[in-house]
Amino acid sequence: MNWIAIAVTFKLALLTAAVLLIVGLPIAYWLTFSKWRWKFIVESVVALPLVLPPTVLGFYILVAIGPHSPVGRFYSDVVGHPLPFTFEGLLLASILYSLPFAVQPFAAAFEQVDRRLIETSWTLGVSKLKTFFHLTVPLSTAGLITGAVLSFAHTLGEFGVVLMVGGNIEGETRTVSIDIYDEVQALNYTGAAKTAMLLLAVSYGVLLLVYAMNRKVWAVWPQR
Amino acid sequence: MIRLIIALCMLLITGVNRSAAEEITIAAASDLNFAFKEIVAEYEKATGNHVKLTLGSSGNFYAQIQNGAPFDLYFSADIAYPRKLEEAGLTVPGSLYQYAVGRIVLWTGNGSHLDFSKGLEILSEPTIRKIAIANPKHAPYGRAAVAAMEHAQVYDRVKDKLVLGENISQAAQFIESGAADVGIIALSLALAPPMQAAGHYWEIPADAHPPIEQGAVVLRSGKNQESAKAFLSFIQSAEGQRMMKRYGFVVPSPR
Repeated sequence: MNWIAIAVTFKLALLTAAVLLIVGLPIAYWLTFSKWRWKFIVESVVALPLVLPPTVLGFYILVAIGPHSPVGRFYSDVVGHPLPFTFEGLLLASILYSLPFAVQPFAAAFEQVDRRLIETSWTLGVSKLKTFFHLTVPLSTAGLITGAVLSFAHTLGEFGVVLMVGGNIEGETRTVSIDIYDEVQALNYTGAAKTAMLLLAVSYGVLLLVYAMNRKVWAVWPQR
Repeated sequence: MIRLIIALCMLLITGVNRSAAEEITIAAASDLNFAFKEIVAEYEKATGNHVKLTLGSSGNFYAQIQNGAPFDLYFSADIAYPRKLEEAGLTVPGSLYQYAVGRIVLWTGNGSHLDFSKGLEILSEPTIRKIAIANPKHAPYGRAAVAAMEHAQVYDRVKDKLVLGENISQAAQFIESGAADVGIIALSLALAPPMQAAGHYWEIPADAHPPIEQGAVVLRSGKNQESAKAFLSFIQSAEGQRMMKRYGFVVPSPR
């Protein structure tokens, strides 16, 4: 089994989930509590990676961060090397690609929190930020974990985007799914089968975790 | 939870850190799939350097290198790509080297009873439903396959049966697995042990298609140009050429 590819994949998935946990919270909060009439426009943008072919997303990211774009040139001037085909570029792509997998469960969880509790907190003079961290977040734990875990799992299985912006470099952008593709082309079916089995087991384990967690929430607070 | 995630991230970041040893990143056309795994292993044993090998279609690598892919060395199945990179000033001057001329073969699995004595004309047989080749859009071996079929005047009759591999290794996998009945692949892949065990081949005459001239070049954006040059010299050495020949490559006479 290709342990380097496994390490790269887990590192990528963990960092993606971690970043989305931080970036996703304010987006989900805004999506839940904003009363803006045109909110649906933003909602659609966030959900776009769910329906967009990964090659389309990958192509746009490649063009956007490549040496011919202002953003790409700025990055390579500052850091000293271009962003595509690096781990950092892949991380950026994964964050965009898995955004809805984090934001949607977050928003759904915030939606479930009793508005009366939040408003009571506000009227008692607790700041919105404090209310969020001491009331909304603790009451949404299951949703937050679901979002983080799903974005983690989704990144594990990412293929098209990695193929477009990753470049299949060992220890850098060769993820497990790409490694399986390589092994099949090298006619090493045993190697491919082992890695595929690992990915299957981890994916199933992750989903078991998500469903088990959400069942518990439902059982403790059956009706509201 | 967050603290746990951060801790795990730190662990992984330090765990997968790049080592300090000499390291080169090579983008190689996938007809080198089996030959290069052997050559790279030999090179690593001889020098102690580490080679990160990425296999794929030459045309894709060309596009990726233009977009800033961090490869040190590029082995293309079509020398036109490295030439274009040289013209664009993306290579180390004077490093372009024609390392081989490739050959293509008609390949079919052990279970089939196709008689290759008729040459490419056999492709028009109704029992053949799928013919695997590499995608001629960006894979030089795919272009050679199309040229050879045109030369044999069967292309128009069989083009609806073609299935395209993303690169020549994938085309080989399509036929090895039996998903396609027959395919046109690189001789270097047909000579690889797993392919030899699974089927037989017929060499398509070299004059049936423009020569598949293959070129390697050291890239200017690479971090380890000296090590890249060393690997290129290893390919040019008697030992490197012997291994390339064993995989059916026509190698240039030693310098």
